[in-house]
Amino acid sequence: MSKFKEILLTPIFKDNPIALQILGICSALAVTSKLYPTLIMCVALTITVSLSNFFISLIRNIIPTNIRIIVQMTIISSLVILVDQFLKAYDYETSKTLSVFVGLIITNCIVMGRAEAFAMQNTPGVSFLDGLGNGLGYSLILIVVGAIRELLGSGQLLGIDILITTQNGGWYVGNNFFLLAPSSFLIIGLFIWALRSWKTEQVEEKEFLMSKNAPKEVETHHA
Amino acid sequence: MLEHYLSIFISSIFIENLALSVFLGMCTFLAISKKIEAAIGLGIAVIVVLAITVPLNNIIYNFLLRDGALTWLGFPDVSLEFVGLISYIGVIAACVQILEMFLDKYVPKLYTALGIFLPLITVNCAILGASLFMVEKNLDFGESVVYGLGGGVGWALAIVLLAGIREKLKYSDIPDGLEGLGITFITVGLMTFGFMSFGGIIL
Repeated sequence: MSKFKEILLTPIFKDNPIALQILGICSALAVTSKLYPTLIMCVALTITVSLSNFFISLIRNIIPTNIRIIVQMTIISSLVILVDQFLKAYDYETSKTLSVFVGLIITNCIVMGRAEAFAMQNTPGVSFLDGLGNGLGYSLILIVVGAIRELLGSGQLLGIDILITTQNGGWYVGNNFFLLAPSSFLIIGLFIWALRSWKTEQVEEKEFLMSKNAPKEVETHHA
Repeated sequence: MLEHYLSIFISSIFIENLALSVFLGMCTFLAISKKIEAAIGLGIAVIVVLAITVPLNNIIYNFLLRDGALTWLGFPDVSLEFVGLISYIGVIAACVQILEMFLDKYVPKLYTALGIFLPLITVNCAILGASLFMVEKNLDFGESVVYGLGGGVGWALAIVLLAGIREKLKYSDIPDGLEGLGITFITVGLMTFGFMSFGGIIL
C-alpha cells in the first residue's frame, strides 16, 4: 500500500513535473490569468495523463519499439479529442478561453514523458496512479499561480470578490501586472525558489564557484 | 499583396512571437538554451519544420477537414473538424520522420548538426500550436507559408537570445535555490516584458 502512496505523492512535491523536470510549462503560463479556466485545464490534463498512462501500459508489450512514438501519440490525441469535444459541448465559454491550449495537451511533455518513462515499463494500475500523481503535481503549481494572479490582479477568486477593487467602490487597487502573462514566469520562478529552499536536495550545482573574499570586479563598460 | 505578406511575417516574428508572446515550445525553450550553438541548431530545425508543416496542415484543413471541404468528393454536409488534432499531429510526426531520413541521406552534415533535436521537435508545442493558430486565424495557403516561416524565425530568435543571456548568467552569483531553473524563469519573464512592447502595433 505504501508503495502506491509513494508513486502517487512523489511527483507532487519531491519530483514535481513543472518545478523539477521542466515539463509541461507552456500551458502553465498561458491559461493561469483566472482561476476557473486554470482548474478546468488541470482536470483536463490530469484525466488525459492518467488515462493515457493506463492505456499505453495496457498495450506496452505489443507495441513495436520503433513505432512506439506514433502509437503513443495516437492514443494521447484520441483522449485529447474526447476531452476537447466534451468541453465544447458542456462548457463552451471556457473552451473558447482556453482556445488552442486544450489541443496542446497532446504535445504537453508531461503526457509524453510519463508514457515513455513510466507507462512503458509498468503495469496499468501503477501507471494510472503515476499519471494521477503527475497530473496533481502539475495542478498544484497551476492552481497556486492561477490563484495568486486572479487574487492580486483583479481581487477575485473564481469570480467572487475577495479584495474589493476601487472600481467597485472598495479599497484594493488591482495590480494589472498580474493579469499579464509574464507575471506567471516570475511567480513560478519564485515558487521554485521557495520549494528548493524547503527541499534543498533539489538545488542545482553551480557551474562556477565564486572564490571567497574575491574583490568585486568594477565594471567599466557593458558588453 | 506583398505588403500583406510582409506584415504577417513581421507580426509573427515580433508581435505574436511563438515563444515570448504565446508561450509555446517552452519545455525545449528552457531545457536546450544553455549553449548558443545548440540553440541555433534547434532554432534552424524549428524554422524548417514549421515552414513545411504549417502549409501542409493548411492544405489538409482546407481540402479535407473544414466544414464543406469535401464538396469536391460529393459530401457537402460533412465536417471532419473533430479529427483535426490527430491529423495535424500525424502530419507533423510523419513530416519530421521523412525530413530526418532525407537529411540523413542527402545532407548528412546538417543531420549530425541537428542530432537529437529533430525527433524532439515532434513534441514541441510550438509546431502543433502554429498549426492550430493557422486554423484559428483562418489563413489561406500563401499566408500560411509566410506565417509558418515567420513563426519559426521568431521562435529561433527568442531561443538564441535566451541562450546568450544564460551563457553570461552562469558566471553570476545567484542564490542557491534560484540557481538554474528558477533564475531562467525570471529571465524569460523579463524577456517577455520586453517583447510586450511590440504588442498592440498594427501593421
